[in-house]
Amino acid sequence: MKIRFIDAEAPPASRILENLAAGHGDHPLDRYLKKGRIPHIWCSGCGNGILLTAFVKAMEKGNFDTKKTVVVSGIGCIGRAAGYLDLDTYHTTHGRAIPFATGLKLANPKLNVVVISGDGDLFAIGGNHFIHAARRNVDITLICSNNFNYGMTGGQGGPTTPLESKTTTTPYGCSEHPFNLVYLAKASGAVYVARWTALHTHELRDSIIHSVNKPGFCFVEAITPCPTAHGRRNKLGDGLSMMKSYRDNSVLTTELDPEDTAIGLKGKIAVGEFVNIDKPTFMDMYDECAICRANAPKKSKKS
Amino acid sequence: MPLDAGRREIVLGKVNIISHRCKGCRYCIEFCPSNTLAESEDFNEKGYHPPYVKSDAKCVNCNYCETICPEFAIFVTELEPRNLLSEDVVKTQSRARRRTRRE
Ligand SMILES: Cc1ncc(C[n+]2csc(CCOP(=O)(O)OP(=O)(O)O)c2C)c(N)n1
Ligand code: SF4
Ligand code: SF4
Ligand code: SF4
Repeated sequence: MKIRFIDAEAPPASRILENLAAGHGDHPLDRYLKKGRIPHIWCSGCGNGILLTAFVKAMEKGNFDTKKTVVVSGIGCIGRAAGYLDLDTYHTTHGRAIPFATGLKLANPKLNVVVISGDGDLFAIGGNHFIHAARRNVDITLICSNNFNYGMTGGQGGPTTPLESKTTTTPYGCSEHPFNLVYLAKASGAVYVARWTALHTHELRDSIIHSVNKPGFCFVEAITPCPTAHGRRNKLGDGLSMMKSYRDNSVLTTELDPEDTAIGLKGKIAVGEFVNIDKPTFMDMYDECAICRANAPKKSKKS
Repeated sequence: MPLDAGRREIVLGKVNIISHRCKGCRYCIEFCPSNTLAESEDFNEKGYHPPYVKSDAKCVNCNYCETICPEFAIFVTELEPRNLLSEDVVKTQSRARRRTRRE
């Protein structure tokens, strides 16, 4: 299949309908999507579509070069995001989005490498890759759609499933302590960590722009409703009532220690930017330490 | 009316709905700050009720429906800028009055 690129220019101040005819489809954002792929597979009310829109809006507002931005995803409902974007994208095997992205970045450091994947993909089977990419401070952006379960395979419990949540593998309620992704990302060494819900579309977009422009391992967690699996089993209602609960329960904070930002099945959700520091990236360190040492003049041995 | 109303221009929005893409999640309807949209009685080809623009509504061009729609089914284009009219300021005034009362 031939992939078509469309140059991402800044949108004109007043968009007019006539311009759309020249684009990909009926919607102004269609020019960032592969032709004919919409409607996507996601359920009615699924937050993945909002996250994809936020990413596309970030590309538009942040003026990302479509020829230099690549998206890698793993397996899961949100993993399909890579297939919808009209960029160089790669849908890897389960859990391996981060190593693939790391390879891309090291082979061609000029690229903006973005991973968009799910909580199960990035933190269960791919958990080790996450902590080590963060530890090394590889210059990639990670966007995680956290819907608290494995949506694609029918709603099993995963590493972010809150205590007492009902899933197909925890029919009496989850008895395992979940990961707090913000805390995990900070502890592993990420230089930028933000969390928003699917309702915070503008903040999500701006965090994505910031992450792509910032050198180092940046992590954006998006809390997304999965009404079909997680919502239904836990009687959280349809997508709309899940979104309304985000509106009522989100607390914007910059002061909270990431340790205290855990999310329960119900109750408050701390959102905001939690980490924003500067640290030399993996490539900086490698150039500085390993290559310099290799090139340094050798000491002559005393006889 | 503000005293400088003659020098102010506002840009309202025109809502464009691609009905056949809509999956009826109602996010655009519920979260629109100016209550512009409503659910139609008609079905689209998927069997969902897409939104429509209410006849008396005024879209303030905030773009939120466009960013919240998971389906790329709704977007907003800007209308020609026009002068502020007295009917545009009614809401602002009542909100300001409410705030003074609370204080
Ligand atoms: C090696 C391997 N193991 C298991 C699976 C089955 N599998 C497919 S998707 C998935 C979980 C995805 O969950 P998540 O990343 O949370 O994405 P979501 O579907 O919730 O968006 C699993 C376990 C697989 N495809 N490959
Ligand atoms: S199962 Fe859940 S995550 Fe998957 S598309 Fe449906 S709502 Fe979205
Ligand atoms: S742009 Fe804003 S005001 Fe206009 S319909 Fe959309 S959400 Fe409502
Ligand atoms: S947000 Fe989009 S999919 Fe949902 S009801 Fe509105 S137009 Fe339809």
